[in-house]
Amino acid sequence: MAGAEIQRRLNWLVAVVVGVVEETPSVRSLTLSCPGWPGHRPGQHIDLRLTAPDGYQAQRSYSIATPSEGELVTITVERIFEGEVSPFLLDVVAPGDRLELRGPIGGYFVWDPGEGPPVFLAGGGSGVVPLMAMLRARISSGDGTPMHLLVSARSRDDIVYREELETLSHHDGVVVTLTLTRSRPEGWTGYDRRVDGAMLRDLVMSPDSGLVSYVCGPTGFTESVAGLLVALGHPPHRVLTERFGPTGG
Amino acid sequence: MRHVDGNAMGGLLWEVFGAEMTHQLGCCAGCGAVNPLATLTVYRDAPGEVARCPACGTVSIVVVRMPHAIRVTIEGVRWLQIHTG
Ligand SMILES: Cc1cc2nc3c(=O)[nH]c(=O)nc-3n(C[C@H](O)[C@H](O)[C@H](O)COP(=O)(O)OP(=O)(O)OC[C@H]3O[C@@H](n4cnc5c(N)ncnc54)[C@H](O)[C@@H]3O)c2cc1C
Ligand SMILES: [Zn+2]
Repeated sequence: MAGAEIQRRLNWLVAVVVGVVEETPSVRSLTLSCPGWPGHRPGQHIDLRLTAPDGYQAQRSYSIATPSEGELVTITVERIFEGEVSPFLLDVVAPGDRLELRGPIGGYFVWDPGEGPPVFLAGGGSGVVPLMAMLRARISSGDGTPMHLLVSARSRDDIVYREELETLSHHDGVVVTLTLTRSRPEGWTGYDRRVDGAMLRDLVMSPDSGLVSYVCGPTGFTESVAGLLVALGHPPHRVLTERFGPTGG
Repeated sequence: MRHVDGNAMGGLLWEVFGAEMTHQLGCCAGCGAVNPLATLTVYRDAPGEVARCPACGTVSIVVVRMPHAIRVTIEGVRWLQIHTG
């Protein structure tokens, strides 16, 4: 893999939108069919490039939500208020449209099935996207790595992949925990606050388990959760982070 | 919290170095910290991107896009270690 990685060129490819799923009122998944796609590893992302008729270009990164599957690449995009690119991907793009992308990109924030050390995944908002690729790969490959996903969302309706997460948590060795930071449905018995040290102490294995953590989401969320894990004694090199940018709202 | 990190620079670093770089190690010229490039603190201000050492803030890498070229300054990196497999 490493040898092939070094040889590959990072060219812009033209993909066609072949599937659209409205995940929540403000989040949508797009499946792209991309001739020439070399395959990817869970956790990797693409760079997507839009070109206006006058030649102006805007480029953004989007994590891949699914394990490698031929020429298909699925991304999941959250609407950023007054954003340049995300509202276009939610409101304008339709099946049959062409989009320019390059990838896969990323050799650090990646996880491959292979019965390695136990894994803790923590995602805030759309930060769950690359973690979902890891969890889906864990399940579809039949790998037995213990995996715990913690998702922080504002409300139940804001949980991306909610139905799938509810079924995934029935798999052996897979745990999904949700915390709802703004509003809870009636009778909610789960966590109801931002991720804090006490929550992580309850949920996360001790450092001597060899646990590897992947933390992803808005920059503030990512730095806060990674800092808490390090404070609990997890070595910084086993707390991997990916920052998506400013904290919304 | 407007910054991102070296993961976001993966595509640009690939253009510069011709390979995936985010997992490769760099040693900070300021403080000697050794970290994967993915952990650098990145400020994206078109037309350039500025990556700083997460430990001490030293400017590690600056990439500026020009009409027909990319200019890279890597003064803040003492060494880069490229894993060859
Ligand atoms: C490696 C990587 C992977 C990413 N993966 C995903 C993904 O899977 N799904 C996804 O939805 N996004 C992802 N992002 C974020 C994405 O690249 C864009 O930053 C995001 O879609 C906003 O772009 P925009 O053009 O709509 O907003 P912009 O026009 O860039 O920004 C508009 C306003 O919103 C603010 N803003 C920018 N980004 C965010 C943000 N993330 N949250 C809150 N406010 C913001 C800006 O400061 C600005 O004020 C990823 C980012 C990185 C670096
Ligand atoms: Zn330093």
